[in-house]
Amino acid sequence: MSASTHSPVLKHHFEDLGQQHACERLGIWMFLATEILFFGGLFGAYAMYRIWYPHEFELASSHLNRTLATINTIFLITSSLTMTLAIRSAKLGQRGALIGNLLITAALATAFMVVKGFEYAEDFHEQLVPGPGFGTHYHQEAVSRGLDPAKIQLFLCFYYVMTGIHGIHILVGIGCILWVTWEAWRGTIPPENYSTVEIVSLYWHLVDAIWLFLMPLLYLAGAGMKH
Amino acid sequence: MSIAIGQQGPIAAPPPPEPDPLPVNYLNNGYSIWSWLFTVDHKRIGILYLVSISIFFVAGGIAAGVVRLNLLQPDGAIVTEDAYNRAFTAHGVMMLFFFLIPAVPAVFGNFFIPMMIGAKDLAFPKLNLASWYVFMLGAILAIWSVLAGGIDTGWTLYPPYSTRASQSHVIPGVVGVFISGFSSIMTGLNIMVTIHKMRAPGMTWGRLPLFVWALYATSLIQLLATPVVAITLLLIVVERMMGVGIFDPTIGGDPILFQHMFWFYSHPAVYIMILPGMGVISEVLTCFSRKNIFGYHAVAWSSVGIAVVGFLLWAHHMFVAGISFYAALLFSLLSMLVAVPSAIKVFNWTATLYRGSISFHAPMLFSLGFVVLFIIGGLTGLFLATLGTDIHLHDTYFVVAHFHFVMVGGMVMGYFAGLHYWWPKMTGRMYSDWWSRVAAIIIIVGFFFTFIPQFYIGYHGMPRRYPNYPHEFQIFNVMSTAGASILGIGYLMPAVYLTLSLFYGPKAPANPWSATGLEWQCPSPPSVHNFDKTPVVVCGPYEYAIGVDQMGRGLPEPPGVDDNPARRSGITGPAGPMNKETEVVG
Ligand code: HEM
Ligand SMILES: [Cu+2]
Repeated sequence: MSASTHSPVLKHHFEDLGQQHACERLGIWMFLATEILFFGGLFGAYAMYRIWYPHEFELASSHLNRTLATINTIFLITSSLTMTLAIRSAKLGQRGALIGNLLITAALATAFMVVKGFEYAEDFHEQLVPGPGFGTHYHQEAVSRGLDPAKIQLFLCFYYVMTGIHGIHILVGIGCILWVTWEAWRGTIPPENYSTVEIVSLYWHLVDAIWLFLMPLLYLAGAGMKH
Repeated sequence: MSIAIGQQGPIAAPPPPEPDPLPVNYLNNGYSIWSWLFTVDHKRIGILYLVSISIFFVAGGIAAGVVRLNLLQPDGAIVTEDAYNRAFTAHGVMMLFFFLIPAVPAVFGNFFIPMMIGAKDLAFPKLNLASWYVFMLGAILAIWSVLAGGIDTGWTLYPPYSTRASQSHVIPGVVGVFISGFSSIMTGLNIMVTIHKMRAPGMTWGRLPLFVWALYATSLIQLLATPVVAITLLLIVVERMMGVGIFDPTIGGDPILFQHMFWFYSHPAVYIMILPGMGVISEVLTCFSRKNIFGYHAVAWSSVGIAVVGFLLWAHHMFVAGISFYAALLFSLLSMLVAVPSAIKVFNWTATLYRGSISFHAPMLFSLGFVVLFIIGGLTGLFLATLGTDIHLHDTYFVVAHFHFVMVGGMVMGYFAGLHYWWPKMTGRMYSDWWSRVAAIIIIVGFFFTFIPQFYIGYHGMPRRYPNYPHEFQIFNVMSTAGASILGIGYLMPAVYLTLSLFYGPKAPANPWSATGLEWQCPSPPSVHNFDKTPVVVCGPYEYAIGVDQMGRGLPEPPGVDDNPARRSGITGPAGPMNKETEVVG
């Protein structure tokens, strides 16, 4: 038996660390598959309505704040980079760098949420919300262009549901990253067990990737629209 | 591929692990409530699930009782129309989401998949425990919504009824189902990773027991379909809470989209509710006819085939909802296609029975019941998949009879077959052979009485979910309610004799049915880590013809046609062709 059999990070029901890591990797990939289907339902529904009501969707999209969304995109892409650097540090056994990279990742994620919060506040202030609170000026604008205000609200439903669920995923991600940071600080992530970092990173990249789809679908759909 | 066992010389067959005075097993290594609530042992978690779903089965049964009693009279015998709606919804939600979906995967899957493939536990024991807590959280919310007044939309939750119109407690119920969906995903993921990565040496894919194949296919569906219904239910909650919506036509939404998204999960979900039963049946039929399964690969791959094709036919629930004619045509064709792998299984089971030495113990009786009832349920599915006839039959009692034949006649039978087959292993006790056979027969008879009349009245136009009906149908409804009472008694009997067996039953030997699977190589009840050392598998899962288990050792003498396996608990040592030159096909 190899020395890794006696590794303190080996869980009792596995034969060796290789099996343990194989299970963890396969498990996270399967979890990502479920996430893709979860969002896939939303993307599918969005696609259907976008094809049905292209003009309403463009108009509604043009009212969203593209600047903030661009800043947020930069935050998330950078955080994916630092997350990947964290894996490297874990592999090389550089504990300080590992903790540093993880903390930067968490900070970028938090910055994303803060910006998102400001953006929501602005939307609410402008009554850019579906349902009873829907602003009359948006209503009139749609009518004046011969469009159906109900479908403007439909777009807004998608906007809030999609970014809301994505935001929850970011929060969960921050939690996971902080947990790994804590584990790294305690010294329970030796190089042979770097896959813990890798698993969190896979989740984080997925959250990031989903944003890369949300950004064009929601913010850029109406980018060419003139008011 | 073939292995000649005899060539390594006579295999020293260690005597099957017989119960020592007090060997440490998974049950007696801790008695406190915390040792159960914080356990990460897959066997204990299986038992936790067993206890919980039994409670929900009773709860769902009570709701069914209300429905059936109310239908005794054409204008409703006992409850108001509104309460009737709530009763059948509670019945559907409880039975589907909180009994049938977790029934076999979460109880027997948890308990036996690691043992059958020679592992110490599932890949993620903590996730497994978490899945039970998530499940209970969802169940408590759902029960709360029932107790607070119930939901009146039917289990299908179609908007705008479930979002704008209904005055009932839709939100907690839907959130409960939403949450419990994650436990289903967790179980599926756990089982799938375990099957991929934790098989014992020699346990190739071609040697996996068919139960494992069936649960692999089930897990695939749980993993890929459940997230879609999760997001759909979430949208219902948002729509109802915020007064905004994606399915509400008044703000541009489309209710048909809900139906598509709902059935994209719920049609595959009906295969979550039958594939595990098919897996159990494949184990039991071979064991009790003492024959190798006929067409191992066909049965194994048909499970995967059902899982895959099952994703492509959801819209057969929507033929009259206004979908395009060409779509309907395609979905009709694909629905008929899925009957092919189902039929493959039935033919192979039948061929397995042919000229077998069949003994009719309770697991076998339930399994035979499964085969017969599933054939009827599956064939009537074809009537419904046919476009022309479905226009007549849609939303009638014919549909109700169809799906009860597959779900109750199929899966619940399979569940009871599994329960009786593995009970000695799980508890270390034998139950009453006579009473269990009687219960199986009563259940099968009661089932026929309950649901055959429903085909007839459905065909003659009695709609489902209506509390009232024309007088001509009364006699059939009375028949159905009478049958349901017999069925109810049949279901209560196992509760009694199985419970009694825990206290008074004779101790079970390690392998009471003389079965071949690895799970029977552990003592009854199994020790904490299942196997003292990782078993080495040398042959396929059903070598009954030559009488060796998967480790190539001889089997104990099988229970005869009439003798009570409990009386044989004293036997030791292997019987069967041990030292012969045997060719084992693996
Ligand atoms: C053998 C292949 C099968 C075919 C071709 C088939 C076909 C159908 C069709 C076309 C319907 C819709 C009828 C209507 O609403 O007008 C239906 C309903 C249903 N089937 Fe099947 N079925 C099959 C097997 C199963 C199995 C194995 C199960 C479950 C274990 C099942 C459970 C159900 C349920 C629950 C419904 C009714 C859902 C509802 O409206 O509440 N079916 N089936
Ligand atoms: Cu279906």
